[in-house]
Amino acid sequence: MMQKNIDNIIAQSNDLRWQIGDEFHDNLAEGIYADAAEIVKASVHKPNENNRLRLDAKIDKIITSKTWGFPLMFLILAVVLWLTIVGANYPSSMLADLLLETIHPALKGYASTLGIPWWLDGFLIDGVYLAVAWVIAVMLPPMAIFFPLFTLLEDFGYLPRVAFNLDHLFKLSGAHGKQALTMSMGFGCNAAGVVATRIIDSPRERLIAIITNNFSLCNGRWPTQILIATIFIGAVVPSSFAGIASLGAVIGIAVLGICFMFLVSWALSKTVLKGEVSTFNLELPPYRPPRFWKTLYTSLIDRTLIVLWRAIVFAAPAGAVIWLISNIYVGDVSVAAWLIQSLDGFGFLLGLNGVILVAYIVAIPANEIVIPTILMLTVLVTGVSGGEGAGVMFELDSVNATGDLLRAGGWTLLTAVNLMLFSLLHNPCSTTIYTIYKETKSAKWTVVASILPVILGFVVTFLVAQVWRLLM
Amino acid sequence: MEVKPKSACDSCAHFNAAGLKKLGVNTKAFDHVIALAGNPNTGKSTVFNALTGLRQHTGNWPGKTVTRAEGAFEYNSEKYKLVDLPGTYSLLSTSEDEEVARNFILFGRPTVTVIVVDASRLERNLNLVLQILEITDRAVLCLNLMDEAKRNHIEINTRTLARDLGIPVVPTSARYNEGIPELIQTISEVAKGTIVCKPHRIKNIPKNIEKAVEHLSTEIKKEYPNMPNSRWIAFRLLEGDQHIIELLKSGEFEEYAL
Repeated sequence: MMQKNIDNIIAQSNDLRWQIGDEFHDNLAEGIYADAAEIVKASVHKPNENNRLRLDAKIDKIITSKTWGFPLMFLILAVVLWLTIVGANYPSSMLADLLLETIHPALKGYASTLGIPWWLDGFLIDGVYLAVAWVIAVMLPPMAIFFPLFTLLEDFGYLPRVAFNLDHLFKLSGAHGKQALTMSMGFGCNAAGVVATRIIDSPRERLIAIITNNFSLCNGRWPTQILIATIFIGAVVPSSFAGIASLGAVIGIAVLGICFMFLVSWALSKTVLKGEVSTFNLELPPYRPPRFWKTLYTSLIDRTLIVLWRAIVFAAPAGAVIWLISNIYVGDVSVAAWLIQSLDGFGFLLGLNGVILVAYIVAIPANEIVIPTILMLTVLVTGVSGGEGAGVMFELDSVNATGDLLRAGGWTLLTAVNLMLFSLLHNPCSTTIYTIYKETKSAKWTVVASILPVILGFVVTFLVAQVWRLLM
Repeated sequence: MEVKPKSACDSCAHFNAAGLKKLGVNTKAFDHVIALAGNPNTGKSTVFNALTGLRQHTGNWPGKTVTRAEGAFEYNSEKYKLVDLPGTYSLLSTSEDEEVARNFILFGRPTVTVIVVDASRLERNLNLVLQILEITDRAVLCLNLMDEAKRNHIEINTRTLARDLGIPVVPTSARYNEGIPELIQTISEVAKGTIVCKPHRIKNIPKNIEKAVEHLSTEIKKEYPNMPNSRWIAFRLLEGDQHIIELLKSGEFEEYAL
């Protein structure tokens, strides 16, 4: 009875729809706009329309212009990076002094007076504590600078302009223009970038955005890039240009990442994720002066501390694992040494080495601990007594000492360049992988998004190594 | 003993600061559900933060809020759950982010829907406002970003605007917490029925459509006497919205209508 009536209503609506014809949607929309215009006319008094937002329009004319749009984008990126790199140095070394040079020996001393067995002391203080301390000392300062700067740009209203500038390129690569926004988020954290892809309506384009988000160098990888560039790239030019050269190299890698993002988006949209590019409209919001202190506060609390906490949560067990594989022996070699030896051959093919590959396996939970792991494992392999013993992470006093240690471990300029490339092109961290799974709810696409960048990394580093060895 | 002189503000309902408790994410056991809707980039998230005391990051780009954020506040010992919906330009299309907003306003049956608009871009924003007013009877217009409007020398007569729209209009600058106490007071008055809305219904539509809507709407009213938005359902049926048709057919509508 009830059902019949509902069917009746639906049938009536179908009839009426035929009577009214195609114009229903348009008529309704026009009706709404006409009402809106009447209401506004009665209640709103605007001065000369042309006067409004003139400044905004002027700024937009420059920022989104064909000539200045791209150079300005790179300039802003360079300034943000420069402030991050230079500004982070001092607090970083202060934190390292405090956590590694003062507190660590104190803890060790305390442990020995308590008579704690060496393995427990090593596991907890040299493994877990040092990993956490390292992550705080290395990550906190750059994040505390990078995130607020990024947030200020966001609040100012710059991000949609970036999307506007890049829209044409995204269209060419068969991806959604809003991917520019998720890509920008990825520069802070890939997991956040993956979540942000929800703004993309079409499932096809959203998948492309998720898979390629990893090509945005995330916050965990910036420090690796910066350190390696400072040691190796800065060293090949006269010292007065060292800063510029290493900054240029880091930006180069970031831009290369963007190129890969376009390339892979294009390849995906031409093969497994074929489809039309959907159109969308993006409102360029008015520029709003950011509220400086409030932004500083919220970005510190909401982003920096949350990301830092995550890094600590992952670094602690990773530190324990590093200590364990360095101190557990199978026969007369430690598990770490055995792993390194078995991966050395493959590493050489890629212009890397076994140490780096092992470090990348250990560091799957958090990219931040790649460098300390590399240093620790290098000490283990070379027997150079720079550090404090097997499986102990440490911060060397200066960038020079780090460079000396790495060179003793057989590193060349090629190793450095390929490490920078591999840091860009490898699997996302485990948090991002988990986020990808949660967002796509598909094991298949999670695997693709995780494996694809590693394969690319292998191919690119292999090619670079072969060409390099032919030429040099 | 020193007695502080009471200022005029303290005795006014609009400045009943003592009655306000920001509850953050604690959304358990609430008396009223408040939906926060609006175009992208009108400062919905800022209003949300101002009301709940949460510090959800607000960015200056459309699409910042991709999920439904929830928070709560307590005002004069009544608890309000606040739901921040993704920003949309319209409820007429079928894209997925609009669906979240539309379904919540239509089926989530919020006690009050707060529509946040950019005061400098009122005409464009009214498109969504008028659509929401077709769906719900209880709404408050939050005329946000008043600071920018003032800077652009835009004058808005909130009294005639409120009369034309049939809902209360509260000018705010959420970034500076201006107008938020008044907004809270207004929300509570609408929630409790002290203020009764007579929402504007779309007028400028051709006669034949108006007739068809009228006809279907009465039919629906017969079937579901409790349905407050039969007119909107009629609009959707004429549009041929499969989602609504399915709901009607499966009878799931019954639950929503109660």
